[in-house]
Amino acid sequence: MAAIVAENLVRKYGEFTAVDGVSFQVQPGEVFGFLGPNGSGKTTVIKMLTGILPLTSGRGIIDGIDVSADPDSVKQRIGYMSQKFSLYDDLTVLENLRFYAQIYGLRGKEAARKIEQTMQQNAIEPYKDRLAAKLSGGWKQRLALSCAMMHGPKLLYLDEPTAGIDPVARRKLWDLLFELSGQGITFFVTTHYMDEAERCSHLAYIYYGKLIADGTPETLREIPEVSPPGTQRFEIATRDVTTALRRARTLPFMRSATIFGRSIHALMEDSISQAELKDELEKVGVHADEIRPLTPELEDVFVELTYRKQAEMEGSRASL
Amino acid sequence: MTTSSLVETQPAASVQNQSLNVPEAGSHNGTLAAWSDNPFRGFKAIFYKESLHLRRDPMAIMFALLIPIVEMIILGAAIDTNVRQVRTVVLDQSGLMEHADDIEGSQSSRALLDRFRSSDTFKIYKYVHSDEELTHEMVAGHAKVGLKIPYDFDRQLLRGDSAQIMVLVDGSDSSVAGQTLNVASAIGLDESLRRMLPEGKQPAIDVRPKVMFNPDSRSPNFFLPGLMTVLLLFVTTMLTAFSIVREKERGTLEQLFVTPVRPLGLMMGKIMPYFGLAMIEMLMILAFMRFAFQVPIHGNVLLLLALAMCYMFTHLSLGMLISSKANSQNDAMQRSMGIMLPSIFLSGYIFPLDNMPWIFYLMSFFVPATYMMQISRGIILRGAGFGDLWINAAALLLMGFGALTLAARNFKKMIV
Repeated sequence: MAAIVAENLVRKYGEFTAVDGVSFQVQPGEVFGFLGPNGSGKTTVIKMLTGILPLTSGRGIIDGIDVSADPDSVKQRIGYMSQKFSLYDDLTVLENLRFYAQIYGLRGKEAARKIEQTMQQNAIEPYKDRLAAKLSGGWKQRLALSCAMMHGPKLLYLDEPTAGIDPVARRKLWDLLFELSGQGITFFVTTHYMDEAERCSHLAYIYYGKLIADGTPETLREIPEVSPPGTQRFEIATRDVTTALRRARTLPFMRSATIFGRSIHALMEDSISQAELKDELEKVGVHADEIRPLTPELEDVFVELTYRKQAEMEGSRASL
Repeated sequence: MTTSSLVETQPAASVQNQSLNVPEAGSHNGTLAAWSDNPFRGFKAIFYKESLHLRRDPMAIMFALLIPIVEMIILGAAIDTNVRQVRTVVLDQSGLMEHADDIEGSQSSRALLDRFRSSDTFKIYKYVHSDEELTHEMVAGHAKVGLKIPYDFDRQLLRGDSAQIMVLVDGSDSSVAGQTLNVASAIGLDESLRRMLPEGKQPAIDVRPKVMFNPDSRSPNFFLPGLMTVLLLFVTTMLTAFSIVREKERGTLEQLFVTPVRPLGLMMGKIMPYFGLAMIEMLMILAFMRFAFQVPIHGNVLLLLALAMCYMFTHLSLGMLISSKANSQNDAMQRSMGIMLPSIFLSGYIFPLDNMPWIFYLMSFFVPATYMMQISRGIILRGAGFGDLWINAAALLLMGFGALTLAARNFKKMIV
């Protein structure tokens, strides 16, 4: 049985459609990365699948239970860690944990055992008497995670869990997620970091309320919209990337080009050889220090998909 | 030690345990099922957490315990609404007939001024020589009252005509103006009667006023029972409203909604700690009022506490209602003010309701503090019993349940 089945999820706010017919499935034990620009509907989808926001239409099945029919049973089975650090600053680590144990109906010895176990699992025991306000970003996230999994949920939703914490803490948190995922817990994670996306076993990309990609990182890199037949991808290292980008885009065989740090990622017709490309660039006044063939990165995939969707939306708006 | 190594070194058994967690929870199905039907689910957890917040919140302690004492000292000791020793300037020209520059006045004018002095209302601080000086003292605000005794005062009296004196009153403070005018007229009337009545004869009607319930017209007796009503507002309405709005602002409320907590459990868990705090505050105010300010409590203290609980309930519910609507602490503050200001001005706390234009009089019926004002003054000052006051308690409960129902509906919309 799938951990999450989303069928044609729709959420409207008046005339505005925040989520427009989103469907996907998440299997147990997957680390499901849910990506998309800000305001594209990520959090709305999470809220619908946690049972706190009613669906305008469609169905969400969590662990075999329909969220609309029985949100309470769903809430008992899931954990949720929201975008902001949302624990109580003026409570200690232990008090925060106790509160979550109580709110999920754990009593007495059972609660004490679960608290002890969760603290060990997340290695926060040394900090148990510290006020949450006094924890660093990484430890706060870890405490939030501990609270969210206090009741032993099979499915955890993490809304941008690593936003604003340092790289080391970020890495450690992800290591922990994989530990837990190995124990059979399913994760639904939103993120903006591409390196995090690369680590997910399953990815989906949402743009303006519509799901425009769904698959493993490997399959997404190969989708035809991103690497159409008869095209190739090069990385062009050059000095003045902004001017170079503008000039490179004037070349007739160029399909798309974007700046990537101090180089340009370019998609072009595969009739052009690497040497020819260098010459063509010189002709428009761009000196390439280095040209390398490139397999598309996830970021290329999402950028490409976003451009296509934008063009499509503008096209449909123009035809109106 | 790094975290990952900590996790790795965990005994395999505990890892096993973790993955088996959910079936394990399932084995408690019996208790869980009973628990999941409970409309107050989550109450204990919220109560626990809220009590901790309260203990660590200096603002709450200040509102509940410090501000009441300061306000009581200000209103109980510093403010005296009885008008006494009003600064008075005198222009007495009645002595001018005898000596050219005499401001001492004549014998009869001195007798009259002594009457003014001994009334305790007027304090003569200065004699002046001219109308200009008199006016100046009034305009400059040095004097609230100016007395002018004309040069023919003595002559008129001797002739048996009506001798006039002029009393100028600064009307910018209406309570002082009203009371000084009354006292001045009374002195004039009394003095006239004395002169008209033959020696040893009594006035035909002798009015013997007796002020019931507050015989000495002491300000603390009047103000403190009302002040108690107003002070309880802060803890009940404002702090409760803040406690939820703060969670909205921080995003913790959203986190709570993902847990199986029920609206009633959430609201009661939030209300009860503040209810406890309000009770402590009330007991403190009562003790302070009784022992520090010597305000006698004529009625039953337990009845007062019981009826005050109705009032607290109403305002805690209003606090909930505010927090279900407000999205920031500022917003909550303004909405709370919308409740507190009418409670101060339209409850009879400061201004008597009977003198209000009908529209405000009508509005006062929708202000919970109006009923509590009746209850606290009734029990403390008049020794009223349940039979006299039950209707007030009923009105409070009605409003409380109304507000709570609305609040619960708003929260349900949020929680689903």
